Amino acid sequence: MACIEARGLRKAYGTTVALDGVNLRVEEGRILGLIGPNGAGKTTALNAILGLTPYQGELRVLGRDPWIERDQLMCDVCFIADVAVLPRWMRVSQALEYVAGVHPRFDRAKAEGFLAKTTIHRNSKVRELSKGMVTQLHLALVMAIDAPLLVLDEPTLGLDILYRKQFYDSLLNDYLDRNRTIVVATHQVEEIQHVLTDLMFIDRGRIVFECSMEELESRYLEVMVHPEKITAARALKPMHERLALGRSILLFDLMTLDKVDRQQLAAFGDVRTPSIADLFVAVMSNQAGQAQGAAL
Amino acid sequence: MSTQSNAMPESPLESQVIAPAVMSATRPMYWSVRRELWENRSIYLAPLGVAAVALFAFSLSSILGIWEKPLRLNPAQPQAPYDMAAGLMMLTGIVVSVFYCLDALYGERRDRSILFWKSLPVSDATTVLAKASIPLVILPLLTVAITVAMQWLMLLLSSAVLLVSGLSVATLWTKLSFVRMSWLLLYHVLTAHALWPAPIYCWLLLVSGWPRRATFLWAALPLVAIAGVEQIVFHTWHFATLVGSRLIGAAPTVASTSPGMFPTDPMTQIAPASFLSSPGLWIGLAIAAAFLAAAIRLRRYQGPI
Repeated sequence: MACIEARGLRKAYGTTVALDGVNLRVEEGRILGLIGPNGAGKTTALNAILGLTPYQGELRVLGRDPWIERDQLMCDVCFIADVAVLPRWMRVSQALEYVAGVHPRFDRAKAEGFLAKTTIHRNSKVRELSKGMVTQLHLALVMAIDAPLLVLDEPTLGLDILYRKQFYDSLLNDYLDRNRTIVVATHQVEEIQHVLTDLMFIDRGRIVFECSMEELESRYLEVMVHPEKITAARALKPMHERLALGRSILLFDLMTLDKVDRQQLAAFGDVRTPSIADLFVAVMSNQAGQAQGAAL
Repeated sequence: MSTQSNAMPESPLESQVIAPAVMSATRPMYWSVRRELWENRSIYLAPLGVAAVALFAFSLSSILGIWEKPLRLNPAQPQAPYDMAAGLMMLTGIVVSVFYCLDALYGERRDRSILFWKSLPVSDATTVLAKASIPLVILPLLTVAITVAMQWLMLLLSSAVLLVSGLSVATLWTKLSFVRMSWLLLYHVLTAHALWPAPIYCWLLLVSGWPRRATFLWAALPLVAIAGVEQIVFHTWHFATLVGSRLIGAAPTVASTSPGMFPTDPMTQIAPASFLSSPGLWIGLAIAAAFLAAAIRLRRYQGPI
């Protein structure tokens, strides 16, 4: 059974279409990065998955309908939203007590263990903690919940680099040891590159690109082309071209090339796997080009 | 991706398959009510504060009574200061309830914590019912408990003052039938200040669930509009009177021939049967239930503002 399965997911706010027929399938144990510009529909998609917003179309999360069965679903799903949402009046000890009280899968000792590694005092109120500490607290609560699906919506927004690194490190070390599925939406692409198993780009309510990380490595190539070979390289129709340090960097989709051309690429210059950010820019600018073409 | 840097000791539970989890239905309710008490400390601090002030005023009056014996220590109605203090406590309960309800479903949207609450396995029905239980159950019981404790302290205090000034305590204790007063208070608060105004509190709770700001305006304006239209069209004030009497707890809980002026007067003849069979009570409760159902539905749709 797929962990998340959506068909023709649609959501409109008035005349603004936030989700425009999204089809999505996330298998158990995958770590999916949902990447898109601001306002692309990432948060709306996650809200639909979490049962926070009504939608049109078909959606099953862990075999349940999130809108109808949110409370039961939340036994099996953890969620950290894009901003600190822990109530500011709450004490750290109250947060632990409350979650232990309502969540059947919460392991309080484990959460205490995570907190012991931080400088957070049990007696502090959330309002007295720094933004980074609130995220640490929320992560400690969530990671002590033994749930098969974790949804993160811009979890490190507004955190400094130390906290961001720490966040993903603890996620890797303490969470990813079982058949757990993670969906993380972000537009800070670089820091999650090494965490993901799958990648999905979303733009204007549509999924415009999806691939696994293995596919990314085997299918896409970036070539820093020697100036004298640029015409020959361009003739192979790269997906995207950009300039860096005076050199042209061309991004190729190997599926569009035949065998001979593939071998040729190495001769053009240094070859490497593109980063998610480079691929994202390539896909998005192609999207923009298509949209413009359609408009003309 | 490499995870060999993971040197964390793992508990044996870690490797187990994630097991299905069950939890009794009352636990989320219990913790939701506790959450309300944590978040809104005025629920118990306000009555405690008012009780302390009333006690202070009473002790001041009693001590002055040492020099003004006939007036203050042996008043014609020993009941009066106790009723006054109890009335003050009930008024406090109404004020706290109104402010609590207006913020109940609004505060969590304003500070975005609704995303946290909704990320936990607590249903919207549980949350809304827990919030409704504050003005309808918790606060009335708390008011009675604090009032009774306050009245006991008042009684002990005036007894002490009587002893100091060499007067007999017996008259005071025989005139005041304390246990009966406490039962009457409990009856009065649960009927007139919980069941009777239930539609008002549930209306405020419902309204707190939808506007982006100014919940008080959204709650009050429709009532003012209805009253205004009625006055202009029919030249009557039935609606305003109805809402007002519900709010202050003017309920038919005592026999109409009852001599007691105040519901906790020991002479009061209570009439629970006629109260429970009055259509007004049941119409009010039905309206309250409809408002609550609407509030539950509303919370499902609402996110942070």
